[in-house]
Amino acid sequence: MEQKKYWKGLEELHNTDAHQEIVKNEFSEELPFESESLLNATTPRRDFLKYLGFTTAAAAIAASCETPVRKAIPYVNKPEEITPGVANYYASSYTIDGEFVPVVVKTREGRPIKMEGNTLSTITNGSTTARVQGAVLSLYDTARLRYPSIGGTETTWAELDKQVTAALSGLGGAPVVLLSSTLLSPTTKKVIGEFLAKYPNSRHVVYDAVSYSGMLAANEASYGKRVIPSYRFDNAKVIVSLGADFLGTWLNPAEFCDQFAKTRKIDAKKPEMSKHFVFESTMSLTGANADERYTHRPSQAGAVALALLAAVGGNVTAPAIADKRVADGIQKAAKELKANQGKSLVVSGSNDVNVQIIVNAINNIIGANGTTIDFASPSNYRQGNDAEMAKLVADMNAGSIGAVLVYGANPAYDYYDAPKFVEGLKKVKLAVSFNERNDETTELCKYQAPDHHFLESWNDAEAKTGYYSFTQPTILPLFKTRAVQDSLLTWSGNTTTWADYLKNEWVAKLGGDQSAWDKVLQDGVIEPATAPALSGASFAGDVAGAAAKINSAKKGGTYELVLYEKVAIGNGRLANNPWLQEMPDPITRATWDNYACISNTLAQKFSTELGDDYEIHVERKVLKIKANGKEVELPLLIVPGIHPDVIAIAVGYGRSANTGKAAGGIGKNAYPFVSFNGQTFDYFSTDASVEATGSKYPVASTQTHNSYEGRPIVKETTLAEFIRNPKEVNEDRNELKKFGPDFRKDATLYPNYEYQGIKWGMSIDLNSCFGCGACTIACQAENNVSVVGKDEVAKGHEMHWLRIDRYFSGDTDNPEVVFQPMLCQHCDNAPCENVCPVGATNHSNEGINQMAYNRCIGTRYCANNCPYKVRRLNWRDWNGADSFENNLYDVADMNDNLTRMVLNPDVVVRSRGVMEKCSFCVQRLQDAKLQAKKEGHPLKDGAAKTACQQACSAGAIVFGNVNDKNSEIFKIRNEQQTDRLYYVLEETHTLPNINYLAKIRNKDAAPKAESAHHEEAHHA
Amino acid sequence: MYRRVSILLRKHFVSVLILCASIVIPFSSVKAADSAKGKALFQTNCASCHNVHKKLTGPALAGVEERWSDRKLLHQWIHNSASVLASGDKYANQLFAEYNKQQMPSFAGLSDADIDDILEYIKVEGAKAPGGNKTAPTDGAPAAKEEGGDNSLLFGIITLVLAVVALILMQINSNLNKLANDKEGQATPEPVPFYRNKAYLALISLVLFMVGGYFLINGAINLGRQKDYMPEQPIFYSHKVHAGINQISCLYCHAGAEKSKHAMIPSENICMNCHKAIKEYSGPELVTAEGKKVNGTAEIAKLYDYVGWDPEKGAYTKPGRPIEWTKIHNLPDHVYFNHSQHVVAGKQQCQTCHGAITEMDEVHQFADLSMGWCINCHRTTQVQFADNNYYSIFEKLHQQVKEGKIDSVTVEMVGGTDCQKCHY
Repeated sequence: MEQKKYWKGLEELHNTDAHQEIVKNEFSEELPFESESLLNATTPRRDFLKYLGFTTAAAAIAASCETPVRKAIPYVNKPEEITPGVANYYASSYTIDGEFVPVVVKTREGRPIKMEGNTLSTITNGSTTARVQGAVLSLYDTARLRYPSIGGTETTWAELDKQVTAALSGLGGAPVVLLSSTLLSPTTKKVIGEFLAKYPNSRHVVYDAVSYSGMLAANEASYGKRVIPSYRFDNAKVIVSLGADFLGTWLNPAEFCDQFAKTRKIDAKKPEMSKHFVFESTMSLTGANADERYTHRPSQAGAVALALLAAVGGNVTAPAIADKRVADGIQKAAKELKANQGKSLVVSGSNDVNVQIIVNAINNIIGANGTTIDFASPSNYRQGNDAEMAKLVADMNAGSIGAVLVYGANPAYDYYDAPKFVEGLKKVKLAVSFNERNDETTELCKYQAPDHHFLESWNDAEAKTGYYSFTQPTILPLFKTRAVQDSLLTWSGNTTTWADYLKNEWVAKLGGDQSAWDKVLQDGVIEPATAPALSGASFAGDVAGAAAKINSAKKGGTYELVLYEKVAIGNGRLANNPWLQEMPDPITRATWDNYACISNTLAQKFSTELGDDYEIHVERKVLKIKANGKEVELPLLIVPGIHPDVIAIAVGYGRSANTGKAAGGIGKNAYPFVSFNGQTFDYFSTDASVEATGSKYPVASTQTHNSYEGRPIVKETTLAEFIRNPKEVNEDRNELKKFGPDFRKDATLYPNYEYQGIKWGMSIDLNSCFGCGACTIACQAENNVSVVGKDEVAKGHEMHWLRIDRYFSGDTDNPEVVFQPMLCQHCDNAPCENVCPVGATNHSNEGINQMAYNRCIGTRYCANNCPYKVRRLNWRDWNGADSFENNLYDVADMNDNLTRMVLNPDVVVRSRGVMEKCSFCVQRLQDAKLQAKKEGHPLKDGAAKTACQQACSAGAIVFGNVNDKNSEIFKIRNEQQTDRLYYVLEETHTLPNINYLAKIRNKDAAPKAESAHHEEAHHA
Repeated sequence: MYRRVSILLRKHFVSVLILCASIVIPFSSVKAADSAKGKALFQTNCASCHNVHKKLTGPALAGVEERWSDRKLLHQWIHNSASVLASGDKYANQLFAEYNKQQMPSFAGLSDADIDDILEYIKVEGAKAPGGNKTAPTDGAPAAKEEGGDNSLLFGIITLVLAVVALILMQINSNLNKLANDKEGQATPEPVPFYRNKAYLALISLVLFMVGGYFLINGAINLGRQKDYMPEQPIFYSHKVHAGINQISCLYCHAGAEKSKHAMIPSENICMNCHKAIKEYSGPELVTAEGKKVNGTAEIAKLYDYVGWDPEKGAYTKPGRPIEWTKIHNLPDHVYFNHSQHVVAGKQQCQTCHGAITEMDEVHQFADLSMGWCINCHRTTQVQFADNNYYSIFEKLHQQVKEGKIDSVTVEMVGGTDCQKCHY
């Protein structure tokens, strides 16, 4: 098999001068001497001695300070369930904006510090996403509202209650509207219902910033039910996604990643996997994981759906698709769909009713109803109604609304016509916000009645009919906040507290049994004893009508605009989260900003001087983008795989300063580009214009950091090849045999160390890693990894212990993508260990490459010598760990006493000038071993899990003791995956303890001659 | 060149001698460490039942060597007292009967050298007047120096005297040489006075550098260490009264020691379990380290004040507030220490690290809690290798034990000295 060429960006593909330079200098900047004159001085030796003398004296003074007197303060009355130093776990649920992930919250000494997926839920099976992992930090957000206020001044709840109830009763019959984002809680809805019942003509309007209203309306038209069915990707052999980013942002990605991964796990004994087509305009995470991916303009989304319907045998006339590649792709997808009747699924990310009706028609024809689409337990993930929202704004402007109570929604920021909403809100007599921060809408409301964070709250959630999950407080409220349900109960004259209300409700439902309620809170979920059989719904949609409307849609202009959600930031609700802001976007690898993503083809149209070096430089050209009569200026970012005529912009940025230090003022708000088509919101514009402004703006991207200089570190093959010869993908490993039968022992002069007892090892399956980044954030939360801020990321100083490298291969306009999580490989023959002058990094008898921070003096030799580029130096004092005061560098309030409560007390924070890296979550391993020792049995497989492994919704990471013959990792390495297993840069004899499983694409094998030719062209 | 050096050496033979002596002096205290080591071992292993001068659970140990007919038998007694009793030794059985037929636990872990150290300590300590050790915690360090000073001081004085004599002799020698040369008519340069002699100056600076360096490094290593730290606490809480005289188990209050990394300072409700009933102190007189008498009943009243208890009414009358104890045992932030690991898995006694806590009215830091101290213990302590099934995975070590190649498995052998056992 010829070696495919992988590249992180175009600069690497073309191996430009600037790229070569950056590769040469791993630490891409001069040493940060405060005094520029030092190296140019006439007497550098004397100056050096002066510095030396000063630092020695300073260190001596700092060290010889009097030992502080420390206090040990016990409880007055220790709660029975708390033992200091031992974590307690509580089941809860993440249900923000309809996304549903049951979680287990780890608390230490009463502080929630980490969330894991709840494995008792059959919906998510313990999956999480980056945003769920990051949500615990939002609890300690310094920008949260801390007390109720009226007109911006602090007040008491009693005073607020008095004024609000007075205002409510003084409305004179004008309707009261509760405006919320999607709520999953049936009991909260009951409370809302009781509250609204008191006021005539009142209503509850559900508004989602990123709406699925079109899908709901289409399902109503097609099946007579305004619901979103449950999708079963795990039952599908063929999956076609029409712009639905179900692995990244669509509906409930944690659930779908888990399901989809089940169809992507493969071994030589059972060489089967699903085939995954994606038709989209921008490059989404789902598109990056497609077997076959095609791009089209957003204006063609309907045409593509229609063509697919026609191709699977629908009785419609489809418009001709001009792009032959896409037209062929549609035929190919249709063929596969038909061949896998009842085992295939089509999903669409469109918010257009007609497109969704066509998609329903396709699913009906291919037999998806009742097999991969389940109407027996429909989901409640999104309930927003765009038309109702538009009507509300119109009513508000007409002055006919008495009161608006905002709960979770933020239309002043994310409504397509926000100024109109703001105008309307001024005409409303009573405006109350329950939002947790002083966001764009809340600052306009006279009454601010902040809700608890969900980790401080009681709640329930009905994700799917019959599937319940619960939220319970894991900490007492940090501030003078109050549950929104308590506010509503008070204002409707009900004196029951919300906690009692919820409990009474459920104890009654559970047959009046308190112990059943306790059990429910312990488990966190209630699910039907046996899952109801899958069932379809009879399709009765007006396909002809929908087709006619699609066919009559107007053609797009020169350029078109697409809005998308980033995996980390989503719709922007959790934007003030430094972890999520600093998480590199899976596709663009950029942090802390949004930008205009365009293809290389389009970029070259703007400026010939862009060149290929462009990606190296932090300063990016700024474009002015106009659409729908609005304009915005954003830096451009070249993203291979975007349609050449499309500009893609992420929503969720451009928040007001009040939102918080991390989100405020970062990026630009793209929601104004949304338009309303009379029925639903459109998240694209078919006619956009773009021009260069001549100015520049820095974007901190991690793309060019840590280059492998083209060394083969990813292995992949196609399914057909793998079936033909499973061993082929690892053919090059045969070359290692020339050293002798046992590469480990024979290829080295060093004596072989025999690992007794435990030997840790990890396996990462490139086939089921989708690159979502949940592991990166989980690692950050577990290991107190510092946030460094945009400026420092731009310098290559990001601290993530685990990064997900994204490599492109093939054609620059239609590239293939592979994600490779890269973390310390814990080499048994580690290059870093040999070069440390102070022995700060060495090997444990369990095979862990250990890092003793207190020994490290920061020479960076180890990082220079690490072929995997996984070591991170603390260039600054990110977290106040230094002895010196005023040395702190904190850009995002990560060192506030409040925020620091999120730190894991079992892991130290590292000070400036110290190297750090993945430790295999040694604190968890030690804890699991101790537990086993105390109980007097050998460590059980699965008792010790790393944070990344636990967070992964696809189960791509397996970790365990390779000396244990019953462990999963042993079986993978020695039985199940011997064909796909490889070690990165194995030939250098670093003997990593992490292995990867080669990626397998379910696509037609590319003609070899052509790909070889391609490669030559790139080398030239 | 070689010649010149050798002449120089010969010329300054005496100075070299002094230099050697000055290097040797610090090391000559090695022997004296026996008694110091014995003291540590005594406090760890023996002090809960024995005192050198007083009868406790077991006899006062001063003069123990004279009482036993055979030193070997004494060793055996300490290693395994049951075997000595079984052998029918008269003195042993007499002792057994005298002390309520309470058998002395066996100390198989102590080597013969260890026991000799302990006996050495008992000898040294026994020679002192009883009660001389009362304020040991505060002046423990100088006391130790004094003990070790016996021989080294003597050596030091002798060396110094010899050095002065050598210096005088050298001066005389050079003067005589000069006289002899003058007599023979050889012109010799005016001798350089010794304080301007470069060789001497170099020698002196070298000696100063070495001695200074020795103290500087030792001082630097000890920065931040707090051995014998005994702060004043908000309440005069006597461990001796509670754990020693009243035999309350350590774990009754420090319940975390079996479950958590923290042993836990007990919450006040634990105190009140007993002190609701015990309102007055009636035990032996309590005295602070400074010699001030302490009113035990008043100290109990302080607890009542903290916790908000009214002993008259027998009820909590005001909200409690926590007692801010001063933390004695502080580890640096970069150290992970887990009590349950040592107490449950390692089956260590509290006294191993905390000393004879049952003897302390006021607790002081017994060990220096340095890394060397931790590592030493990890190197010598045996794990529960055969008893704890967790270790069954170390098949090769088990094989070696079976074959008799090794007699026991230490913590170090199963990875107990790896960095990331304690630093992460």
